[in-house]
Amino acid sequence: MKKRMKFAFLAGLLALGTALAGCGNSASNTASNNSGEAAPPANSGSGSGSEASAGEKAGGKIVIASIGPLSGPNSAYGETAKEGAEYALSNRKEDFKKLGFDLELLPQDDQADPKQAVAAAEAAITNKDVLAVVGHVTTGAAISASVKYDQEGLAMVAPSATGIQLTEEGKKVVFRVCARDDAQGSQAAVYAKNQLNVKKLFVLHDKQAYGQGLAEQVKAQVEKDGGVELVGYEGITAGEKDYSAIVNQIVAKKPDLVYFGGYYAEGGILIKQLREKGYEGGFMGADGLDSDEMVKIAGKAADGVIYTSTVGDVSATEEGKKWVEEFEKNTGKKVGIFTSLGYDAMNTVLHGVEEAIKANNGNKPTREQVVEALKKVNDFQGKFMKVGFDEKGDNSFAQVFVYKFENGQKVYVGQVQQ
Amino acid sequence: MLSMLPQVLIDGLTLGFMYAVVALGYTMVYGILEFINFAHGEIFMVGAFVGTEVLLITDSLGALEGMNPFVAFLITLIISMAITGLLGITIERVAYRPLRNAPRLVPLISAIGVSFLLQDLVRFTEAIARNAFILNGPQLFTGKFDLGFAQIPSKSIVIIVIAIAMMVGLSLFISKSKWGIAMRAVSQDQSTASLMTINVDKVIMLTFLIGSSLGGATGVLFAQNYGSIDPFIGFILGMKAFTAAVLGGIGNIKGAMFGGVVIGLVESLAGAYMGQLTNGAFGAEYKDVIAFSILILVLLFKPEGLFGEAVKEKV
Repeated sequence: MKKRMKFAFLAGLLALGTALAGCGNSASNTASNNSGEAAPPANSGSGSGSEASAGEKAGGKIVIASIGPLSGPNSAYGETAKEGAEYALSNRKEDFKKLGFDLELLPQDDQADPKQAVAAAEAAITNKDVLAVVGHVTTGAAISASVKYDQEGLAMVAPSATGIQLTEEGKKVVFRVCARDDAQGSQAAVYAKNQLNVKKLFVLHDKQAYGQGLAEQVKAQVEKDGGVELVGYEGITAGEKDYSAIVNQIVAKKPDLVYFGGYYAEGGILIKQLREKGYEGGFMGADGLDSDEMVKIAGKAADGVIYTSTVGDVSATEEGKKWVEEFEKNTGKKVGIFTSLGYDAMNTVLHGVEEAIKANNGNKPTREQVVEALKKVNDFQGKFMKVGFDEKGDNSFAQVFVYKFENGQKVYVGQVQQ
Repeated sequence: MLSMLPQVLIDGLTLGFMYAVVALGYTMVYGILEFINFAHGEIFMVGAFVGTEVLLITDSLGALEGMNPFVAFLITLIISMAITGLLGITIERVAYRPLRNAPRLVPLISAIGVSFLLQDLVRFTEAIARNAFILNGPQLFTGKFDLGFAQIPSKSIVIIVIAIAMMVGLSLFISKSKWGIAMRAVSQDQSTASLMTINVDKVIMLTFLIGSSLGGATGVLFAQNYGSIDPFIGFILGMKAFTAAVLGGIGNIKGAMFGGVVIGLVESLAGAYMGQLTNGAFGAEYKDVIAFSILILVLLFKPEGLFGEAVKEKV
């Protein structure tokens, strides 16, 4: 009996420990605020199932569901993706009318919550006119919903879910148009070599899945490409404040660039301590550094810090600016973080549906036929990106974008040139 | 490779002295009550937050601008020590004293509970007050002395001087003052001490007051050194300070100081040189492994710790 008590106590401690670890993770997740991998929301407002009614079966009605968080703390992600998708759909309405079909949008709210995502997926599945889903916006929700879609053979094209796991599970209905988290690592190495002309690189990571994954990608790419000397590859402990040991090492080795795989909390302290010790090279990371906190922690040292992101700046080109103007004139809404991704995800879906209609001799295709058509997409030119799905459903043309901090502001630098 | 050695040693010493002062808090309480106050790391954290808040508030009132940094620093230190000292007494009164005669494990669990409570309380308050999880405070000492072979930041000097002053002060207090003698008496035998008209409860309160205010003061030093704090800094630092206390022989004050400096230096040296010495097989991420391995070795061959004595003379 006593032994059992002891065991129960240990188990309790363990549970507490994991609970704490969970806390830590979700805190850091919200940090990467445009990686699309957001923490589940704490509150549970309602707001789902607004237009879930099946509707009468009028011939030639095609519904595309758009699912993401429309309420809760992550609603900015879902709203912007939905608005982009809605705009793309309204632009193509006429084209589909000519083919004899009425296009409709079915927005659903998943609150970025894996449980809510299943309910939202059900709503889309039970509506027989839904031929494909643009969503889900966040990785956690997308993964749990993908199980449902897989059972029903309904295609989902995620606009902004970057978590690696989503397409690694081998579900044939899952697609995404954005880059995967791990693409940021290899692309960063390419960028460092080709655009920053780095000769000596020091790679750091925080020993966590996200950070170490990125660092390993950078290392692998550097070793593959050659031309860049890897002068160090080290891990730090997240949550510490004293990185002087590693900082001394870096200062002594004088690399041109330090790549850090991890979040802003450690990244900010690292660059601050590096600059205090007189380090003059560059500092680069991924979207884990994309936070205003970075500037608060590092102060002036944040200036010049480069980071990659899977989300581009739409208004960087002339053409993009024009699109933004049109979008804002037509919808009365502002372009936000995932608007462009939602827009092109919808365009890709509609392209797939169009192909499926053609393959079906102009008749309304089945869900399976839409999945097949999407699988064949290998060179579709969207507005902001090219889309071609590989066997996993990832976009092989997905772009990684580079930003940097200047005077405490985030500035868009450009795309990674191959 | 050796060119960075002086810098590594300076960083190690700065870190080590901080560990040492926090280790004192663990060792003092253990010396008196034979119980490990796991909430001590969180008291250190509260000290860091109080200090940073004091500086932030003075700054927002515009009073920090013209103030001498040393004056501002001392005021911060005193306020933070007072608040954490009171916090220590309160914790003792509420969470430990009712359990003094309970089995050894019970106050330990109570201490873990207190540490969670403090973490979340601070997180909660900061979330409401500043809508932030990480607090960034003004750093008062930003200058540095360039010696050519190494740079000594003035904040390191301030930290080391204050830490040494606190440790010397504590040693004198315990060996010379009436209350110090009473503390030593209680640590040797509570019931006999109470027969000698020593108020045991008061002595224990005093121990918590001093230990906690030292912890709080270290929090201020820590915040000054790194400029950025979060509610979870107490866990890792507390862990290492506890290791330092055990390394030196828990319950022994000189041992805690020595252990702290050793852990700080080992960590710094291992972090800087491990990768090169093992040709990249073990990198800086293993620096804590080295520190804890030393602890295991010491415990295997000298279980009472480096400074522990076979006949226990505590505090």
